[in-house]
Amino acid sequence: MSKLFSSNAANRSLFVYAAIFSVFLYLPVLLIPLFSLNSGIYVKFPLDGLTFDWYLELAQRAPLRTALYNSLQLGAVVALISTALAVPAAKAISRYRLPGIRLIVGFMMLPFVVPALIFGVALLALVNRFDVTLSLVTVAAGQIVICLPYAISTLLPRFDTYDRSIEEASADLGENALWTFWRITVPTIGPGILASLLMSFTISFDEFYMAFFLSGTDATLPIYIWTQLRFPQDFPSLLALATLILIFSFGMVLASLKISGLSQSIKNRGTK
Amino acid sequence: MIEVRNVSKRYGRVEAVTEVSLDIKAGEFFALLGASGSGKTTLLRMIAGFEPVTAGQIVIDGQRMEEVPPHLRPINMVFQNYAIFPHLNVQDNIAYGLRRLGIAKPKQAEMVNEMLEMIALPGYGSRRAHELSGGQRQRVALARALILKPKVLLLDEPLGALDKQLREQMQLELRLLQQKLGITFVLVTHDQEEALSLSDRVAVMSQGRVVQVDTPSALYDNPGSRLVASFVGNMNFFAGRVGKTGPKGADVTAEGLGLVQVRADAVPDAPFAKVLVALRPEKLHLCLEKPAGDSNVVAGKLLTTAYMGERRLCFVQIEGRAEPVTVSIQNQRRAVSEDLAQGRAVWMTWSNDAIIVLDHQ
Repeated sequence: MSKLFSSNAANRSLFVYAAIFSVFLYLPVLLIPLFSLNSGIYVKFPLDGLTFDWYLELAQRAPLRTALYNSLQLGAVVALISTALAVPAAKAISRYRLPGIRLIVGFMMLPFVVPALIFGVALLALVNRFDVTLSLVTVAAGQIVICLPYAISTLLPRFDTYDRSIEEASADLGENALWTFWRITVPTIGPGILASLLMSFTISFDEFYMAFFLSGTDATLPIYIWTQLRFPQDFPSLLALATLILIFSFGMVLASLKISGLSQSIKNRGTK
Repeated sequence: MIEVRNVSKRYGRVEAVTEVSLDIKAGEFFALLGASGSGKTTLLRMIAGFEPVTAGQIVIDGQRMEEVPPHLRPINMVFQNYAIFPHLNVQDNIAYGLRRLGIAKPKQAEMVNEMLEMIALPGYGSRRAHELSGGQRQRVALARALILKPKVLLLDEPLGALDKQLREQMQLELRLLQQKLGITFVLVTHDQEEALSLSDRVAVMSQGRVVQVDTPSALYDNPGSRLVASFVGNMNFFAGRVGKTGPKGADVTAEGLGLVQVRADAVPDAPFAKVLVALRPEKLHLCLEKPAGDSNVVAGKLLTTAYMGERRLCFVQIEGRAEPVTVSIQNQRRAVSEDLAQGRAVWMTWSNDAIIVLDHQ
């Protein structure tokens, strides 16, 4: 520490900036687990006392279990479908010299920049126009669009660093395209697939806008939390729930980053 | 075994291979020799089925190949970078092609072990690709292809990534293996020494065309063009003009050499036709004393020498020719360098049958 502060003024102001930045970013997040252990229902200091009751109380709630089940199911389906769609897309982007490829990539990456609120409203209008009943299926459709760019950018570096001749070698040794995909492509990009699954699942699990606009009567976990915010007596339980989700999401993102660094592939592609 | 009939390959407007016809016999070790960009790899990839032909036909073992995808062709290939499957160990790499044949696991293991014996890597079955050296990868790539008992084995610059010593060892092993198995080998290489030492026949390619197909010794001793003559081995070229033609032979006046006699059928019929006289460096004899007789002797000045181990290249400046002439001499004695001082007078002689007459292009 003393070394840090003894250095010149520019470094010191940078350090102060970084400290303030970290506090703003992480302090509220750290307060959630702290207050989830508070025995009083109001978020204020000093704490009234330590308790695990809010966590135990969560287990009693049937709608919460339903919402949790919905979210897990949704996350699994969204992760599987968006990854299944992203694999051929990433392969095509990486492998083939298509005319207008940058335009196509830009189009696929659009959900990165279009506000989810706008996108949710637009999808709702579309779904109503065609008289489709709102359900978890429509939520899944919306979330897949949101997850696709993440899944593609997770898989791209795998394909970029992948030696094409091993697929030719497989064909040369008598395997057709399907078997080659199964025996060569899938195991080689396996870590990328796993990372894409985890990433898409996490995004779907936390996602609010699509779930809010497109879900009909089936609440997902974020929607459930949002509806419960009105009741002050439920708040500490929600903090307990949020703490659990926080730990879970953190673990998932960490795992997927560890497996395949969500790399600068998109950035690189823009400058190519 | 492989018939290539008027095959062309175009990428957009670029023609990579132009009207190539070849007839590769069963059991032959055939080399496609050419500089990079000569179309040799494209031709090999068309035979393997990775590139469709633009025009012409490829027939393998009597069967036309246009509609046959790579995985159904009766050939296997050793890739330039070996393309060892990184996620599989050596054993699974070698056994890769056996799945489709429905061979039982114990039988597969037995076949793999036989292969490992053959490539002299017994006990390496559980190694991973990244644990192998370049030469070992090459052997695994060979075993993986040969376990399927193909009729033809294609090799794309298989020794290019190896260092010199290992390359020479693998050349010998490849030759022995091919003779033992009797499989047709088609080798792509840019290394003329490799092509000459390994193959029964060599096709020299340049700019997408096959320039000459011949046995290695025929290519070396009777190149059909300046291109082949300079690509295969070293060559001195002298501009020449045909003079008097008689029953015993034709006179050719060659730049710097004076009058030389060649076979009458070696020169074009037209009187005073321009030709190119070619002489290999080792077919010239270097004399330190003026030899007796006047014919087939040229005097010169020794510019410099290059020591090559078993031989020495001498660069001799002669009158009437801008570039020095290269003469190769065997180093049969040790250290003769004091005899070969720079600037000393030397004489070159040759015999008439060493002279190659080429088109003046």
